[in-house]
Amino acid sequence: MAAEVKAQASSSSGQRSFTEVLRTVFGPVGQLILFIVGSALALSLVVVLLALLQIGARPDILTRALTILPQVIIDGLVRGFLFASIALGYTMVYGVLEFINFAHGEIFMVGGVVGAAVSLFLASSGLLAGMPGLLFVILVIAVGMVVSGALAVTVERVAYRPLRGAPRLVPLISAIGVSLVLQDLMRLMMTNTPLGFNARFNTPDFGPPIRLFEMNLGARPVPVILPPKALIFIVASVLMLIALNYLVNATRLGKAIRATAQDMPTASLMGINVNQIVALTFLIGGALGGAAGALFGLNVGTVNPYMGFIPGLKAFTAAVLGGIGNITGAMVGGVVLGFLEAFVASYLSLFTNGAFSGAAYADIAAFSILILILIFRPSGLLGEATTQKV
Amino acid sequence: MALLELKNVHTYYGKIHALKGVSITVEKGEIVTLIGSNGAGKSTTLRTISGLLTPRGGEVYFSGQRIDKVPAHEIVKLGIAQAPEGRRIFPRLTVLENLEMGAYLHSTRSQAYHDDLERVFTLFPRLRERTAQKGGTLSGGEQQMLAIGRALMTRPQVLLLDEPSMGLAPVLVEQIFEIVKTINGQGTTVLLVEQNALQALSIANRGYVLQSGAIVLEDSAQALRENETVQKAYLGLE
Repeated sequence: MAAEVKAQASSSSGQRSFTEVLRTVFGPVGQLILFIVGSALALSLVVVLLALLQIGARPDILTRALTILPQVIIDGLVRGFLFASIALGYTMVYGVLEFINFAHGEIFMVGGVVGAAVSLFLASSGLLAGMPGLLFVILVIAVGMVVSGALAVTVERVAYRPLRGAPRLVPLISAIGVSLVLQDLMRLMMTNTPLGFNARFNTPDFGPPIRLFEMNLGARPVPVILPPKALIFIVASVLMLIALNYLVNATRLGKAIRATAQDMPTASLMGINVNQIVALTFLIGGALGGAAGALFGLNVGTVNPYMGFIPGLKAFTAAVLGGIGNITGAMVGGVVLGFLEAFVASYLSLFTNGAFSGAAYADIAAFSILILILIFRPSGLLGEATTQKV
Repeated sequence: MALLELKNVHTYYGKIHALKGVSITVEKGEIVTLIGSNGAGKSTTLRTISGLLTPRGGEVYFSGQRIDKVPAHEIVKLGIAQAPEGRRIFPRLTVLENLEMGAYLHSTRSQAYHDDLERVFTLFPRLRERTAQKGGTLSGGEQQMLAIGRALMTRPQVLLLDEPSMGLAPVLVEQIFEIVKTINGQGTTVLLVEQNALQALSIANRGYVLQSGAIVLEDSAQALRENETVQKAYLGLE
């Protein structure tokens, strides 16, 4: 009996088994996939229902709706992962400091600008044309991560840490100040270099769009295509999210981050250097934001010093939507918001017969739905189990 | 040389003068208790020793080394651990992860870590049954056990216990104090802060009485138990 208990203890206290690590890492990823498939299916269903409602007056509407559906889903994925990778920076910092780092959108922007600078350098030195696409992608992401990560850590050290004990509004104002400083500093730098205000993000040729399959709807088959840049965005984001989940859920450092987020003074009683952990969360959040910026620039083809504002605001929204402070929640919130936006942008004008142009109303619709969700689930979709500190 | 020594320590919360010249010594192997009413400065004293608060005046020595300017996470390294007031378990980490956090400074791959874990599970068999449970879902008594166990995982020479009996059923209080005695018997020096003065004085070697941020009495536990003022003010005896 005693031996049995002992054996049990040693298995529970011993090294985590491989399957256990897989579960802690892929559990959140599974949850994310669930929400991706779920929101894609739910929104597609809504589209089909809306089309069927109008089919009497406009017989071709279902075909038209279905024709663009796969493209809308891909667009939603790209937007979703964009918001998700920025939202992580907000949520990680909030988790540890209960502070909204409003300069995070600018950290994202800097990643994009740095990527554009790398691409300009490669293009002007003639290296770009012969460069393998994968190498280029890895290079711009790496540079974006390093610069944005370092910038985020610096901003924390200079503008936030001295205000740690101050009333909560004070660091918030400091963050808004940092945001403006970074915008105009980048504008100054860009307009005085060959980059220019609207910097081109040169890329090597990634080849033709990938034809996934063809849909047989009505007269002629419609090809479903996946632009290579969208594929790069999706694959890179998924890899980053998996890596982050591994770091946070399965490593000693990740546990220290979670412990610090849950109770900072007690974490320091464990021998955790909480200042280092705070810097680390800024580093990780900044690096993810920088990578997202580089990927965004690569995808869109141009960057400017003010491009961080709107995605930053939306990513913040995504973080709140998923449950701020909750890492999986930020990813889920980003993906859900991305899908909402993509669907509204593409279908609003179709279903209102052109009365509203979808792209212009996408934000209104997305944020209205967000407000509704928050009224009924104020803690967000996944919610952080915020047991109030005693 | 005393293992732990506070010399004329003054600690503030902003403008509030919480400790007004506290001097305490703890010798190796002792159980020393700090008793006093609410707001007397007992927890402040422990938080000052642990480095969560930095005193504005006075000195704190540990094994002869001055530690009052050392940050909290460095003090743990030196061998001072605290089970803080209100237990402060990490609510969304499991019991095992909470204990791993206690062992943050040590390798969890080493044999010594497993021995530490075994020691904690032997002292608190309840924790062994609950390793996979989230800390926030434990009962008050179990949380207190986890808080003490977590502090032990740091391999302390001195264990600072802040109100371990708070909010616990009398039978559990007995148990916790028994375990504190056991831990002390295994070679860990204990500085115990308690409102439950009777229990604290029954296991301590010596005691200090703290009132409004200053030490008003110090003596052997035996003498304090028999002291008329202590009996009236803290033991509820007439």
